[in-house]
Amino acid sequence: MTELARKLAVSALLQPALAFAAGEPSLGFQPPQTVVARQIVDLHALVLSICIVIAAVVFGVMFYSIVRFRKAAGREAKQFHGNTTIEVLWTVIPCLIVAGIAYPATKTVIEMKDTTNPDMTIKITGYQWKWRYTYVDDGIDFYSSLSTPRDQIENQAPKGEHYLLEVDHPLVVPVGKKIRILTTADDVIHSWFVPALAVKQDAIPGFVRDSWFKVDAPGIYRGACTELCGKEHGFMPVVVEAMPEKDYRDWVADQHAKSAATAATPQ
Amino acid sequence: MKTETMTDVARNRMLLAKLSLAALGMFGFGYLLAPLYDRLCGAERVTQTAAKDAARPVTRVDSSRTVAVQYDANVHGSLHWSFRPLQKTSQVHPGELVHIRYEMTNESDQPMIGQAVPSYAPPAAATYFHKIECFCFQNQALRPHETKTMPVVFLIDPAIPGDLPTITLSYTFFEVRPRKSA
Amino acid sequence: MQVALDNVPAVAQLPRQGGILRWIRTTNHKDIGTLYLFFSLSMLLVGGLMALTIRAELFQPGLQIVRPEFFNQITSMHGLIMIFGAIMPAFVGFANWQLPLMLGAPDMAFPRLNNLSFWLLPFAAVLLVASFFAPGGATAAGWTLYAPLSVQMGPGMDMAIFAIHILGVSSIVGALNIIVTILNMRAPGMTLFKMPLFAWTWLVTAFLLLTIMPVLAGTVTMLLFDRHFGTHFFDAAGGGDPVLFQHLFWFFGHPEVYVLILPTFGIVSAVIPTFSRKPLFGLRSMVAATCCIGIVACAVWAHHMFTVGMPVAAQLFFMYSTLLIAVPTGIKVFNWLATMWEGSLTFETPMLFAIGFLFVFTIGGLTGVILAIAPVDIQLHQTYYIVAHFHYTMVASSLFGLFAGTYYWLPKWTGHMYDEKLGQWHFWLTLIFFNLTFIPMFFLGLAGMPRRIPDYALQFTNLNSLASIGAFGFGLTQLLFVYTVIKCIRGGPRATAQVWEGAKGLEWTVPSPAPHHTFSTPPVVE
Repeated sequence: MTELARKLAVSALLQPALAFAAGEPSLGFQPPQTVVARQIVDLHALVLSICIVIAAVVFGVMFYSIVRFRKAAGREAKQFHGNTTIEVLWTVIPCLIVAGIAYPATKTVIEMKDTTNPDMTIKITGYQWKWRYTYVDDGIDFYSSLSTPRDQIENQAPKGEHYLLEVDHPLVVPVGKKIRILTTADDVIHSWFVPALAVKQDAIPGFVRDSWFKVDAPGIYRGACTELCGKEHGFMPVVVEAMPEKDYRDWVADQHAKSAATAATPQ
Repeated sequence: MKTETMTDVARNRMLLAKLSLAALGMFGFGYLLAPLYDRLCGAERVTQTAAKDAARPVTRVDSSRTVAVQYDANVHGSLHWSFRPLQKTSQVHPGELVHIRYEMTNESDQPMIGQAVPSYAPPAAATYFHKIECFCFQNQALRPHETKTMPVVFLIDPAIPGDLPTITLSYTFFEVRPRKSA
Repeated sequence: MQVALDNVPAVAQLPRQGGILRWIRTTNHKDIGTLYLFFSLSMLLVGGLMALTIRAELFQPGLQIVRPEFFNQITSMHGLIMIFGAIMPAFVGFANWQLPLMLGAPDMAFPRLNNLSFWLLPFAAVLLVASFFAPGGATAAGWTLYAPLSVQMGPGMDMAIFAIHILGVSSIVGALNIIVTILNMRAPGMTLFKMPLFAWTWLVTAFLLLTIMPVLAGTVTMLLFDRHFGTHFFDAAGGGDPVLFQHLFWFFGHPEVYVLILPTFGIVSAVIPTFSRKPLFGLRSMVAATCCIGIVACAVWAHHMFTVGMPVAAQLFFMYSTLLIAVPTGIKVFNWLATMWEGSLTFETPMLFAIGFLFVFTIGGLTGVILAIAPVDIQLHQTYYIVAHFHYTMVASSLFGLFAGTYYWLPKWTGHMYDEKLGQWHFWLTLIFFNLTFIPMFFLGLAGMPRRIPDYALQFTNLNSLASIGAFGFGLTQLLFVYTVIKCIRGGPRATAQVWEGAKGLEWTVPSPAPHHTFSTPPVVE
């Protein structure tokens, strides 16, 4: 009876767990749009499954004890206080599990840090409270600020679909190219984060840090600043627009044509 | 003093004294972590003098491989300068002496003094990047609307390991204000 | 266990002074324990009010109640007050009441230092809360106070730094007292392995405090100097590095979270054997695991910094060490389960909270294993997943342990049994509302909602509303706890010396309420 209950509990927990680990937006990660993002979703699913099994065993033993070993039911306590075999087992097995998790995780760590051979480099500077994108190879430079109107925030107007996740000038990138990003900041520490692309890199004033991403499919991907940076920390979103390379080239040409008006103009 | 021959109060006081010393030691350790961090995390410091790198013997050039070096420039908010590298990137052989220049302009109506602080991406590249001459070694003073170009001379250590990343050399210019009375 | 009891009746032992002066001048460990506990309870309520303000603002998207600047102040102060004002002093209160009783000592090693350790706290707390009224308000840099943001803050930051110094001195002096008491003042015959696990966990906690609090003091002093005296520890312009602050802070900050949980492990290790009517399973391995945790805790700090741009080798080292610390922690959970196994269980309120602790701590701990994986952490860093994780380990686990201990020892402290029905209501409502508040936050974090923001994108609305409702339920339920405690202090069915059928230990050999002075003659332990 308790066996069955335990199995049901495990599957009841596993179903939603695997569903959200696979990336359903309302329950789990946002759908992964890069190879690294997919690796992270898979890593998470692996570790979560192991954790759910462990939790099921722990809760199972716990509930079993609560139900079966009650004084009210007349149980006498069995006076033991050690068992070397089982203690060795429950030390060694977790060590093996932990080592097993560490191996695939190591591969992803190394891959995330590998910024060799990029196709292009973009410098991202965090300001209080907006981002600045400088395309090092293509010579484009502009600021990107929240474009949600203030009256929506103050509850004077109905909120738009992309409330707090929209900007005046998104970061435009070509699909399928390895993009190396350099982050820095002008004032305090910020952090540039796009969940769907699995990129998060702190922007530290006076220093550059590099990371990279390669977007699989065209689309608009929204993220946020993820390091407390002052009063408008929640109001400096990140928007990345990925497009096929040809469209990207057209956009670059367009930006050059407009460069007198848009380049390095503080908002 | 053997603890068995001491009174309880004295034993307690002795242990208290030893533990307090340990706590004080940890306070010192906290401060020690600052220079330890510099040493272990390989970050370059402005206080490094030119002498250390200038004394470096000329090394052999490894022509079999090249590193892509990118040049980046940043200006910190309060300093009204424009600052840019005169070339965006070079392909460099490890061991080869490289000369590049940066241009800086004081856009304001006041004379200003700036200090450039270097940074490298990836950070591990710092240990292989030897600057022989750099405008970052001293403060730079510019008169109103003055433009200067200043050199950087560096070489990449041939001991840099096989898989070569793109190295970004980045400078951020900060304003140097007259010292407040401390 | 043969014990020589004090024969002096309780009444005759009350201190000569009454009123306020008694409490100001007391050097009695029971009085000081009581002071700590009342202080921490009031701080819990103050910090709780701030939490409710946060959750009220986050109930719906848009800014309704507070300005973003003030929101950041509240978030920062909520953390500082709960950690330094509520949880830590509560555990010290338990240490004060219980350690001499458990060890058969007449009092703590340094009773006057003990008094100082306590009275520093209200002073620091007033300073901290008063910082709201400084120009610019309280510090809004998060409880983690990262530079350069904390360098930008107004005078409220300096008040907080001063308060942290005072709190640190109190903790360090308290830790010194506790170590000397445990090492030097055990009753004859009580070897280290005969003392209760609560004493072991406090021994390790106290050593951790001696290791980390001075480093925190140094760190906030460096911050103070960067702010006012022209130094550049954390400022790139002068050759410093903001990331140095993070290393220094987390070198303190990570072992700190073990300071916040190890005493709970000790409490739970007293409660579960009592209500299972059998001894704690694997005492030696529990001691070993506690010491392991204390040591490895000092080698995992940079797992709070996986996104700063550390080299691969550093990312891997801290990932491995963090995964490693899961092992001794898991072993402890298994030991508690084995203690319950084949026992004779009853479910009075202390046991309910101990079992509740096992439930929430398993969730908190396992989510910690998930976060140990650096790539996964990079996705979840500074999102609500982290908020959920640390509230499961700190609120749920530390606080449940504190509740378990309070119900467990209240009869010994007051001489009255608490109202069991009210205790049960408190437990179930706390468990339900706590999970209602924090489970949605795991999903919010996975979906990408950052933390420390007063307003959020529309897709996060439903889960936030749920969390806010849970938070108000959780907060209001704690008023029931306050009522239950006060009711017990004022009266109730008489408690015996033994109180609980399965309870073992020296504290159960003295009358309830415990006389003002106990073990003036040390008991002999076989």
